Amino acid sequence: MNLLARRKLTNRVALTLSLSAMAFGLFWLAWILWTVLELGISGLSLTLFTEMTPPPGADVGGLANAIAGSLIMVVLATLLGTPIGILAGVYLAEYGRNHWLGSTTRFINDLLLSAPSIVIGLFVYAVVVAQTGKFSAWSGVLALALIVLPVVVRTTENMLQLIPNTLREAAFALGAPKSVVISKVTLRAARAGVLTGVLLAVARIAGETAPLLFTALSNQFWSLNLNEPMANLPVTIFKFAMSPFTNWQELAWAGVFLITMGVLVLNIIARVFLRAEKVN
Amino acid sequence: MQTTGFKSSASMKFGDRLFGTLAKSFAWLTLILLAGIILALVYASWPSLQAFGIGFLFSDAWNPPMEDFGGLIPIYGTLVTSVIALLIAVPVSFGIALFLTEMAPAWLRRPLGTAIELLAAIPSIVYGMWGLLVFAPIFAKYIQPGLQSSIGHVPVIGKLFAGAPLGIGLLAAGIILAIMIIPYIASVMRDVFEVTPPMLKESAYGVGCTTWEVMWGVVLPYTKTGVIGGVMLGLGRALGETMAVTFVIGNTNFLDSASLFAPGNSITSALANEFAEADPGLHTAALMELGLILFVITLVVLVVSKLLLNRLAKGEGTKG
Repeated sequence: MNLLARRKLTNRVALTLSLSAMAFGLFWLAWILWTVLELGISGLSLTLFTEMTPPPGADVGGLANAIAGSLIMVVLATLLGTPIGILAGVYLAEYGRNHWLGSTTRFINDLLLSAPSIVIGLFVYAVVVAQTGKFSAWSGVLALALIVLPVVVRTTENMLQLIPNTLREAAFALGAPKSVVISKVTLRAARAGVLTGVLLAVARIAGETAPLLFTALSNQFWSLNLNEPMANLPVTIFKFAMSPFTNWQELAWAGVFLITMGVLVLNIIARVFLRAEKVN
Repeated sequence: MQTTGFKSSASMKFGDRLFGTLAKSFAWLTLILLAGIILALVYASWPSLQAFGIGFLFSDAWNPPMEDFGGLIPIYGTLVTSVIALLIAVPVSFGIALFLTEMAPAWLRRPLGTAIELLAAIPSIVYGMWGLLVFAPIFAKYIQPGLQSSIGHVPVIGKLFAGAPLGIGLLAAGIILAIMIIPYIASVMRDVFEVTPPMLKESAYGVGCTTWEVMWGVVLPYTKTGVIGGVMLGLGRALGETMAVTFVIGNTNFLDSASLFAPGNSITSALANEFAEADPGLHTAALMELGLILFVITLVVLVVSKLLLNRLAKGEGTKG
């Protein structure tokens, strides 16, 4: 075999392997989604949303308390984490660009972004649960908010940096104070991107299980008391999936279906939204 | 001055200063959070740190009634599963990034890239439940016996594939981790491959290089810091992944063979399984210390990753 033929062969082998790597990735995505659809849809019914989580061995029941608990905690965590994240992101992009606090915070924030979520759970356990002596929905909200925070900081800063400086200068030239320039001009121009970040953060915490294990724990009953343990989908799925009861496992698949669809829809909305805004 | 159109009164100035201060204090809050996490974990694991000292890292004891704890088995499990995940995920991610940047037709790039990124969006509990109830039985029935009959007889390496094919275990956990970190590594690789100046690639194509030669001889050397940064980012994810691993690793604290088929424990799965039921005192403190060890390892990995990626961003256009 001459050199050219060998080089061509190497190239063909490498490109075939590359194609199969792509197929390998898509294969798992398809398999997982298929399983979730197949086993999840069969578990869907109206009672899923009206009945409470059943005790072991019962052959009825739903996930009503877990769904409500998850919604409450995700909404509260987003409401808590988003404004703090946006303001911190504003600081990084608008105030601290050339300041040591800005660059250090940016670095630390990126570490927090990839830090294991279970450690956040341990942290909240140590500072809240261990001190108050009981698991509570509030501590779960706090843990989830701490996961929202770095995501929102990151996207807010990135989006604000895309805003051309001429826009800021034009607003300053009209005599607007900095806070007005930021809130009425730059943040407004970047709102699609910022909102995308918030959506992605919601998608991320919707499926978070590890931090809730040590904070909100779970609750077999309907409870809206934020000072008590609160049922939530991920921890319920964890408990039910590991159990030997078929009824529990079926409910867990239905819960997995709800979470996966919710998260995928949020991700796709966020992407479409961002793209539509970029085109304009 | 009434010319501005803004009511530039004292209250306005006050509001402006308040806004700036608030933004700055939230930036500080983010900064302090990291220190706070470390301090809280050190504080909470203090009894264990004092009781076991450095020996905690090398002891395989885990005996709550006797209050004797060591972190060796969970630490081993965390490292082994992460290494398996990297061994699988790095070449696959490289292939995917190569496909997305050099091979795929333009109209396919975005949908395929999004599809791979969606792998990262699927919550880890879904991976866990799928891994335990769908993947593990198939893995035990077809793939593990296949591995045993093919490379199981090779000396030394064969030991890694000894034992009963249970499905769940270190190897299964490593494979599922690999699937989970592929999107992170692949998207960093794709992004850094895209910053390679077209001029460099075009020159190489111009002298007659094949696509593979351009990739291996030009793009990869130019972007190597970024590629390693992406791999480290994936490693950071793998180390701290909880639910997927907890479902499939088997959760035992016994380790008497080198086999990857054996069930084991990782730091995260030990925490997820035991923490809520642990006795206050030494048991909780030992678990906290495991969390502290995990956090320190991931921070080191992530700092290295971040520094490498920053270096690539700064060195853009200069010789890699």
